[in-house]
Amino acid sequence: MLRLEPRLEASRTWAALTPVMAVAATMVAGAVMFALLGKDPLVAIRTIFWAPLFDPALAAYARPQILVKAAPLILIAIGLSLGFRANIWNIGAEGQYVMGAVAGGGAALAFYPLDAWWLFPFMLFCGLLGGLLWGLIPAFLKVTFRANEILVSLMLVYVAEQYLASVALGLLRNPDGAGFPGSRNLQTYESAHNAELIAGTGIHLGVVTAALAVVMVYALLRMHRTGFEIKLSGQSPRAARFAGVNQAVLTYFCLGTGGAFAGLAGIFELSGPSGQLSIDFNVGYGFTAIIVAFLGRLHPFGIVFAGLLMALTYIGGEMAQFMLNLPSAAIQAFQGMLLFFLLSMEFLTRYRIRIRRLERN
Amino acid sequence: MDFGAINPLTLIATMIVAAMPVLFAAIGELVVEKSGVLNLGVEGLMIIGAVSGFIVAVESGSAVTGLFASVFAGAALALIFGILTQFFHSNQVATGLALTLFGLGLSALLGQSYAGIKPPSFPYPDFGPLADLPVLGLLLFRYDALVYFSAVLVVAVWWFLGYSRAGLALRAVGENHDAAHSLGYKVVRTRILAILFGGACGGLGGAYIALIRVPQWTDGVTAGAGWIALALVVFSSWRPFRVVLGACLFGGVTLLQLNFQAVGIEINAAYLSMAPYLVTILALVAISGSGRRAALDAPDSLGKPFRASA
Amino acid sequence: MFKHRLLAAAAAVAGAVLAAAPGAADPLKVGFIYVGPIGDFGWTYEHDQGRLAVEAAHGDKVETTFVENVPEGGDSERVLTQMALSGHDLIFTTSFGYMDPTINVAAKFPDVKFEHATGYKRADNVSTYSARFYEGRAVIGHIAGKMTKTNTIGYIASYPIPEVIRGINAAYIHAKKVNPDVNFKIVWVFTWFDPAKEADAATTLIEQGADVIMQHTDSPAAMTIAEEKGVYAFGQASDMKQFGPNARLSSIIDDWAPYYVQRVADVLDGSWESIDTWHGIKEGMVEIGEFSDQIPADIQAEAQAISDAIVSGEYHTFTGPLNRQDGSPWLAEGETADDGTLLGMNFYVEGIEGSIPQ
Repeated sequence: MLRLEPRLEASRTWAALTPVMAVAATMVAGAVMFALLGKDPLVAIRTIFWAPLFDPALAAYARPQILVKAAPLILIAIGLSLGFRANIWNIGAEGQYVMGAVAGGGAALAFYPLDAWWLFPFMLFCGLLGGLLWGLIPAFLKVTFRANEILVSLMLVYVAEQYLASVALGLLRNPDGAGFPGSRNLQTYESAHNAELIAGTGIHLGVVTAALAVVMVYALLRMHRTGFEIKLSGQSPRAARFAGVNQAVLTYFCLGTGGAFAGLAGIFELSGPSGQLSIDFNVGYGFTAIIVAFLGRLHPFGIVFAGLLMALTYIGGEMAQFMLNLPSAAIQAFQGMLLFFLLSMEFLTRYRIRIRRLERN
Repeated sequence: MDFGAINPLTLIATMIVAAMPVLFAAIGELVVEKSGVLNLGVEGLMIIGAVSGFIVAVESGSAVTGLFASVFAGAALALIFGILTQFFHSNQVATGLALTLFGLGLSALLGQSYAGIKPPSFPYPDFGPLADLPVLGLLLFRYDALVYFSAVLVVAVWWFLGYSRAGLALRAVGENHDAAHSLGYKVVRTRILAILFGGACGGLGGAYIALIRVPQWTDGVTAGAGWIALALVVFSSWRPFRVVLGACLFGGVTLLQLNFQAVGIEINAAYLSMAPYLVTILALVAISGSGRRAALDAPDSLGKPFRASA
Repeated sequence: MFKHRLLAAAAAVAGAVLAAAPGAADPLKVGFIYVGPIGDFGWTYEHDQGRLAVEAAHGDKVETTFVENVPEGGDSERVLTQMALSGHDLIFTTSFGYMDPTINVAAKFPDVKFEHATGYKRADNVSTYSARFYEGRAVIGHIAGKMTKTNTIGYIASYPIPEVIRGINAAYIHAKKVNPDVNFKIVWVFTWFDPAKEADAATTLIEQGADVIMQHTDSPAAMTIAEEKGVYAFGQASDMKQFGPNARLSSIIDDWAPYYVQRVADVLDGSWESIDTWHGIKEGMVEIGEFSDQIPADIQAEAQAISDAIVSGEYHTFTGPLNRQDGSPWLAEGETADDGTLLGMNFYVEGIEGSIPQ
């Protein structure tokens, strides 16, 4: 009979091995699906995982684009991971991302067409603040009324989306946009444009910020008392209480950080790659980042790996569409499978499988 | 501007039909959450139910057969979630989100050749002269059969959770799985069954959209109804009858806003659409802050993983 | 052994580079980027039909590819760049929100030609194209005005943008002309595609007394509801006959095929240049679907006459005298609207009730 036994400590070997196994399993399952769709499975898999990195015509462009696509995912996920480690569940990053973009973009557009050095940092600050405040709402309600933060933060996503639609059609609508919904394009607003840092790569300040955030959080968890408190509250809330951890402060800290990072991601994306605040400005980074956080096992470097992997499948998936005429739905299903396999194999790091003979009594 | 132009009876009748998809999905999710599991993949369950119900209905020529298929498809997809979260102890939030992603992709693949087909129509029970009664006829006797089934389902869930032995066990598991385990309740089995029920209901809700309400198959036909269902469960503070009220309210806000527009009352659509979510937050604050009795309705172990210690 | 491998790899790389450069014998590579899924049975579906028409018309001389569900903004710019890099010669960007990304990418790839739908920014290698859907609305507006018994026409509008407002005005003017008592009830659903919401909107309008439904959203949901409730409706974007065999009176069909086939032919024979195209019924970009038998023969003839007059150029949809909603004069007797005003139209004509949401 098969038995699961919890490991005393998560296995490092398995921690390194399971992602590889999961990707391999997804490739097999994906190959079956692609074959059923009448495509050459090997070519399809190769296109998704290999073309963005090594295709002679595309790789030079696509490699840095993987970083650009992964940056918001990593930045948001790294902020969320703090809360998740402390059992504080912010699943409203999508809303915080939107509010960051609206607040930052709104601040920049309020001064249009000002040409000043301080506008860009001011815009980023407002974006951070927008996400921060939106993230603090569930924290306040949790601390004061014990309202479940999972549900409050999720509800606030819908509220933020409606607000975005309202400002894209009204307050922030481009006056020179021939009546179409959507704001002015920040890419053409010199002092607010989050331009690429290295020409031709698309790499912008948000990518650098995401990298810094990873290092900061790593240091916080390793060296700072707050990091210790976060880990302790996650592992044993009772022990944390005895150790004098202030749960209220920790709640504000985790939800606030998650919100601030998501808000920053939003304003970087708006002022950089996206440019325009439109009705469907948000494309689900906030939700995907939750998955990224768990795929990375809430570890800063794991999150970097998971974010890059997700970005790779996005970009490889696009290539598979125009190179092989695979439908986008197949890519979506493929990503879903990848997540299932990664999530399901995670248990190998925490449990060992023992085979036991049934004993007669 | 003329409020009088809105006929409250027809509005209520339309509201009830509009409420059906989210009502089914939410009543299923309510049971899942009562057992202490948070499945955020309702949108994925609904769209899989919608596409499989549609395909089977078209192929078999019977909408009723399609509905059964949607129930099975929803449960089958939910089983993936159940296995991952209950046996492999994967995180519920992440797994639920992955479920939605997978469901949306798979449904679009399956439904590729079914866009632009009209499904077989769904039977309406014939109440004969009752349907012609002045007010009541319109209000009570002119719906499709699933509306009446939903009423039965809500009452059944209410009775099950409140008065049956199994329902008591399910709530115990949701309240405190460690205590329930030590009392001898089968935590994992209970949760798997609840998850399957949630999947079946989600599938049915999706099929209601594709087979009755709209009725057609197009990519993304559920258009976010699954997320509304999640909000609805919270809004109802985990009480079956309040789910009905909430479903009418959530579905009704859209209808009300469209009605206002049609009679020339101008209000900001975005702010009105936000309202139900803000009300949900307020409701959540109220039940969480108002002492023990109401707070008991929120399952304590919601979203927390359970691991039986040997 | 090692050396051989290295040589083989070098050859493979060189081969791939050569393959990426458009050679004379290679088929012309035509890419499409879509904002929705090709299975939406509306906007994206019709563009994909155009793509298939290009394949049918040009056969081996072309190779077409597409990427669907591409969000507007940063993602679309990346997809466009990748398409340009992978050797596409001509790329159709089929949503308004792709405007700035198209212009950005086009600047980096002067040898690749771009065609952007419904936008207003052009460059040497970027053309724009759009359809005069309002011409179709004039024809169906006439039919609606004649066919309504309750004198109430329901209109499901998507977003308050010039194209939609133009459509409402065109339909209203021509309904009013043949039926002075006609009244338009307009509901804004703030979505292009949400079958359930569109169905709700249709139900609401019917309850408010509308017996003819027009829509400027993409799904056939309203048509299905109209069929169920026994009122009339018009197909939008595609014919939608199968959704309302009795309800459907006619339809406005987006037909991108003739334009796409022509533009690809222009690239093939080297005559492509950047232009701004705004085609209507005459060029076949807007097609009036077959009239249903429900429409009496005399009304069919009148509607056909309007369509014919638009095609021959004798008649313009917006011909004065016309006033704005506030009563101020817009077009004098016999004057016709200029394209500039139409492109930025942000007002209702006189007689329409309610205001455009902001």
